[in-house]
Amino acid sequence: MTESRAEIPARSTRPPLLSRLGSLGPLLGLLALMIVATALNSDFLTVSNLSNVLTRASFIGIIAVGATFVIISGGIDLSVGSMAALIAGSMILIMNALGGDGGGGGVIAIGMLCALAIGAGAGLLHGTFIARGRIEPFIVTLGTLGIYRAVLTYLSEGGSISLNNTLSDAYSPVYYGKLLGVPIPIVVFAVVALLGGLILNRTRYGRYVQAIGSNEQVARYAAVDVNRVKVITYMIQGICVALATLLYVPRLGSASPSTGILWELEAIAAVIIGGTALKGGSGRIWGTVVGAMLLLSIENVLNLTSIISVYLNAAVQGVVIIVVAFLQRGKRS
Amino acid sequence: MSQTLKKFAVLSISLLASAALAQTKQVMGVSIPSADHGWTGGVVYWANETKKELEKMYPNLTVIVKTAKDANEQANQIQDMYTVNKINALVILPQESAPLTRPVANLKDKGVFTVVVDRALTDPKAQDAYVAGDNPGLGRVSGEYVGKTLGGKGNVVVLRGIATVIDNQRVDAFDKVMKEKYPGIKILDRQYANWNRDDGFKVMQDYLTRFPKIDAVWAQDDDIAVGVLKAIEQAGRKDIKFVLGGAGMKEMIKKVQDGDPLITADVTYPPNMIRDAMLLTAKSRMTKTAMPKTTIIPSVLVTKDNAAKFYFPKSPF
Repeated sequence: MTESRAEIPARSTRPPLLSRLGSLGPLLGLLALMIVATALNSDFLTVSNLSNVLTRASFIGIIAVGATFVIISGGIDLSVGSMAALIAGSMILIMNALGGDGGGGGVIAIGMLCALAIGAGAGLLHGTFIARGRIEPFIVTLGTLGIYRAVLTYLSEGGSISLNNTLSDAYSPVYYGKLLGVPIPIVVFAVVALLGGLILNRTRYGRYVQAIGSNEQVARYAAVDVNRVKVITYMIQGICVALATLLYVPRLGSASPSTGILWELEAIAAVIIGGTALKGGSGRIWGTVVGAMLLLSIENVLNLTSIISVYLNAAVQGVVIIVVAFLQRGKRS
Repeated sequence: MSQTLKKFAVLSISLLASAALAQTKQVMGVSIPSADHGWTGGVVYWANETKKELEKMYPNLTVIVKTAKDANEQANQIQDMYTVNKINALVILPQESAPLTRPVANLKDKGVFTVVVDRALTDPKAQDAYVAGDNPGLGRVSGEYVGKTLGGKGNVVVLRGIATVIDNQRVDAFDKVMKEKYPGIKILDRQYANWNRDDGFKVMQDYLTRFPKIDAVWAQDDDIAVGVLKAIEQAGRKDIKFVLGGAGMKEMIKKVQDGDPLITADVTYPPNMIRDAMLLTAKSRMTKTAMPKTTIIPSVLVTKDNAAKFYFPKSPF
């Protein structure tokens, strides 16, 4: 608590040059990585490769935008990967049941609405347990992490749930299609990030989220309806997961028990690399976007080169994450 | 031997056998990993199917099938099976080899007939019999098919599984075939795709960016192959002649059967090896005959001609 009180005057004065550079850490990290990548393989900067990387980053990115709200509010959601898998599976089952062997736009629209409803419902559940039930977010979402994946595994009998072919063809443009030459997942990611930024920085709700994360007790005294704000935060996370799933399902047309494993950690890593404090209180959406891009670029670079033993891939990812965190440590002092 | 004597002999043997069967009420415990991906989903399905089949076949046999999410849970589970269910035989597909060796050995010491499936224990003395798929065989058969179909020359990319002994055995055997029999084939790169569709998609996308000409893909596993196919389709690449997966997922077997232009074959690594293990164990217990110490279920090449034999539409895998 003393820490956050000490931060208030520091924030109101103009930060020195060094710490302003520090806040650009993730961007500098991404830039450095891109230079290294291009030196290693000139194909890195081709439009098709960059659009591959950005499209992949959009799944984790959209989820991470939601996670930014949750983490700024001082919470955490560990269930997002399992939730994505469960939403994907249920959505496919619903669409298959409605569509039979045929089906088209209408069935897909209903499937999408159901997905959003499940996501929002899961968020509502988390928020209610956490805010009104006063259970630690870590515990609630650790519980649902297991529950969601187990339910999906049950629904799929351990195998995979696949969308029937006609529907799969009708739905695939949502992932593979383009809007004005830009792949649709990237467009959706950009819109979600912009909206997220607006909500966080330009609305009363956004200020409340930051206030709760910085000091929940003070926010309560200031007549902020803390419970309500928290519930909405987890619902935003759930909706973001559902949005990511809407883009994920048309990619492979199937969900299996291995869908979305460890996405929660990737999303949290993107948020933290982007400069949001894990203890809550302050953060930024653009940082999260850069964080997601950075994470997915590392993977891409490792696949594009073979100078490092494949056994060490995870180590390289770890090193880059720590280096980027180091680049922006200036803010804390 | 006269007719009557022969009849008498047959009659007395069958009487003896049925008397023995009536006396030996057997309980067989089956401990397998829970369905956490396609292949283990198949294992769970086949274990449950075989339980029904066996209990019909041998009225004196009870089969208990339990799944576990990790090695620790599995160790507790087989302990419970011994104390609570009083099993006389255990068929186990261990989550991990090292941590389960001691618990299985304990049961064997107490007189339980132990049969280990697929993942070998670190000490073979802990088991009475071992039934496994053929990992080097999967790599070898795949290598032969890739080499032969490409006519001994071309560019191949390899997508590996998770860094484990099983994966190394497959890839090493594949590489050995290439080196010895098809030196004209160039293996462009090998990356891990973790037996997972999403990773298969990502790694293949990057390969397509990196290599302008790829003749064939060895995806090693059918889940990976699903992602690989989508990546090729998205990139619109026409240079790839075929993608070879493995394990015998029903969707892939169907593609082979239907004459899919990219999926021309598959190599089995059947989850129903648990069925073979259970049948052999039950037979050995109920008829008091010895069971072979080691049974290797060969990996076979599935082509359009024999695909129908490997297609199980009801299995989840």
